[in-house]
Amino acid sequence: MMRCGQALNAALHEIFERDERVYLLGEDLLDPYGGAFKISQGLSTKWPERVLPTPVSEASIFGITAGLALRGYRPILEIMFGDFVTLGLDQVVNGIAKFRAMFDDRVTVPLVVRTPMGARRGYGPTHSQSLEKLLIGVPGITVVTPSECHDLGAMLTEAVADDEPVFFVENKVMYGRPNRRPEGGRIGELACHEGEGRYPALTFSGNGFGPSDATIVTYGGMLPVALDAATELILEHEVFTEVVALGRILPLDLEPVLDSLGRTGSLVSLEEGTLTGGVGAELAARVQAEAWSALDGPVLRVATRDGIVPSARSLEDEALPGVEDVVAAVTAVGTRVGG
Amino acid sequence: MGRQEQAGTAPSRAGTDERALYERMALIRRFEETLLELFAAGELHGTTHTCIGQEADAVGVISCLEPERDVVVSNHRCHGHYLAFTDDVDGLLREVMGRVGGVCGGKGGSQHLFAGNFYSNGVLGSTVPVAAGMALAEREKGSGAVATVFVGDGTLGQGVVYESLNIASLWRLPLLVVVEHNGYAQSTPSTLQLAGDVESRARAFGVATSRHDTTDVLEVQAAAREAVEHVRSTGTPYFLVLDTYRFSPHSKGDDFRDPEEIAARRLRDPLTVAAGLLGDDERDEITEAVERRVADAVQEALGAPFAATEAAAR
Repeated sequence: MMRCGQALNAALHEIFERDERVYLLGEDLLDPYGGAFKISQGLSTKWPERVLPTPVSEASIFGITAGLALRGYRPILEIMFGDFVTLGLDQVVNGIAKFRAMFDDRVTVPLVVRTPMGARRGYGPTHSQSLEKLLIGVPGITVVTPSECHDLGAMLTEAVADDEPVFFVENKVMYGRPNRRPEGGRIGELACHEGEGRYPALTFSGNGFGPSDATIVTYGGMLPVALDAATELILEHEVFTEVVALGRILPLDLEPVLDSLGRTGSLVSLEEGTLTGGVGAELAARVQAEAWSALDGPVLRVATRDGIVPSARSLEDEALPGVEDVVAAVTAVGTRVGG
Repeated sequence: MGRQEQAGTAPSRAGTDERALYERMALIRRFEETLLELFAAGELHGTTHTCIGQEADAVGVISCLEPERDVVVSNHRCHGHYLAFTDDVDGLLREVMGRVGGVCGGKGGSQHLFAGNFYSNGVLGSTVPVAAGMALAEREKGSGAVATVFVGDGTLGQGVVYESLNIASLWRLPLLVVVEHNGYAQSTPSTLQLAGDVESRARAFGVATSRHDTTDVLEVQAAAREAVEHVRSTGTPYFLVLDTYRFSPHSKGDDFRDPEEIAARRLRDPLTVAAGLLGDDERDEITEAVERRVADAVQEALGAPFAATEAAAR
């Protein structure tokens, strides 16, 4: 089974092979280095003219990528750490996200920003964040959040083919983990349903999508935590949950959440970003407006504690949400089938 | 080489003879004076940044470009560049007035314009890397196009300008950066904004540069021609600094400069300088024609409905 990083790298090679409008910009891309996380390895050797190693100038390279996209190319920008997206946010907020709408729908900005978010590697406060919350507040972009169980290659290919600007948010820990795909509708012990569309959600169930106690909605690198929590809830508490791994958080893909909620009645969100103003907050607001009567109780959010992500492993673990936090939240929202 | 020989054939390009240059500058002047009048009369919503006094830059530089091929990226003070490049009085006027027929459907307004190869955006400096990316795209296509980005001296405070100059030089991008140095960043004089000298900033990155203190459109045109030829023939960037002056406020009513300073600069009004090359009759004829053109456009725009909300739903 391919590791997630390998799957992304293989997809990039295919994308480059197929479409000569695709360029890659970013820092430290050249072989043998091939990008800080090696996802771009081999590209600069095969397509030296389309792989552009840049200076350490995020503000500028976001803009250059936008200029390429506005003039007919399909550039991919690799931002070495998701934390550094902040350096290019003016380009995102005041340019990339707005050009199409403010120019009366007569231009498109088909670019992809690939960037790894997430902690658990001890990189400390400025190299461990999950800043998706900054992105979901920017109308006009698409934020794609593959997990280790998604078809990573297909999603990246779709992102490059997308006429909208796409943030393709990867996860550092995910790179080294196997890209586990559903086989016969299952991944391991769990049933797994893959949704429709370019960036489908995956929904997991421990009881074949029968009535369950709660839905855990998550994305990206937190999926393994959610699945471990779901397993523990079954084994230790006889509580059945569904886990929804969103493939796209902007525009928020609500349909698979509401679908699952119809079988569970309770909702817990799980994200690696800090709690306040995060993806869970948006999800809770939307779900209560759309499906108030389907909810048995309040939506609870599990997230990283508001504050920094410390470097020391013990402190990092304490700040980040873990299996026990998810179990506690699911238990707290109440159960209507099991426990 | 005679000036006439520089002319291209694209119909929307500013003419390269004195009459056409003057006519284009007079059009921009009258257009923007009209905007200020419309604001005063309560007919406009939002804001505007006029380039009254700086028209020779827009007209002189853009007369050296080919609108069918070259790309222009402008800033918040973009009306002069837009009119010089497109001659689209109706589209711009209606855009600023929020009426049906605006070039961006009323969504962009004064600072955010797009038509053909023309783009503008409102955050200072952000436009420079975008223009560099466009220059890269055109280089890769082999179109031979030059991407020109207009900035002001205030924009030289933005770090992204230097990141982009570095990359433009390193990657050999066909990028022309035009600095319209009017001595003010909004209300703050450049003495409080800029250390060192401006051209050295380009030289530090190995970017060719020159600086011209003139309001003579023919001199601006000659300087721009050299700059554009440099970019087109070498495929490398150029940093063209044009000293100029804005007679009008930064925006609408926010001018605190010494009136004597403004009066002194008015003696070098680019329209007066250019009019000196024409006969009185010719000048009056142009003035009248331009006034009529703008007045007619205003009348028609005032009769047009406001931008439809469904068009802005995106």
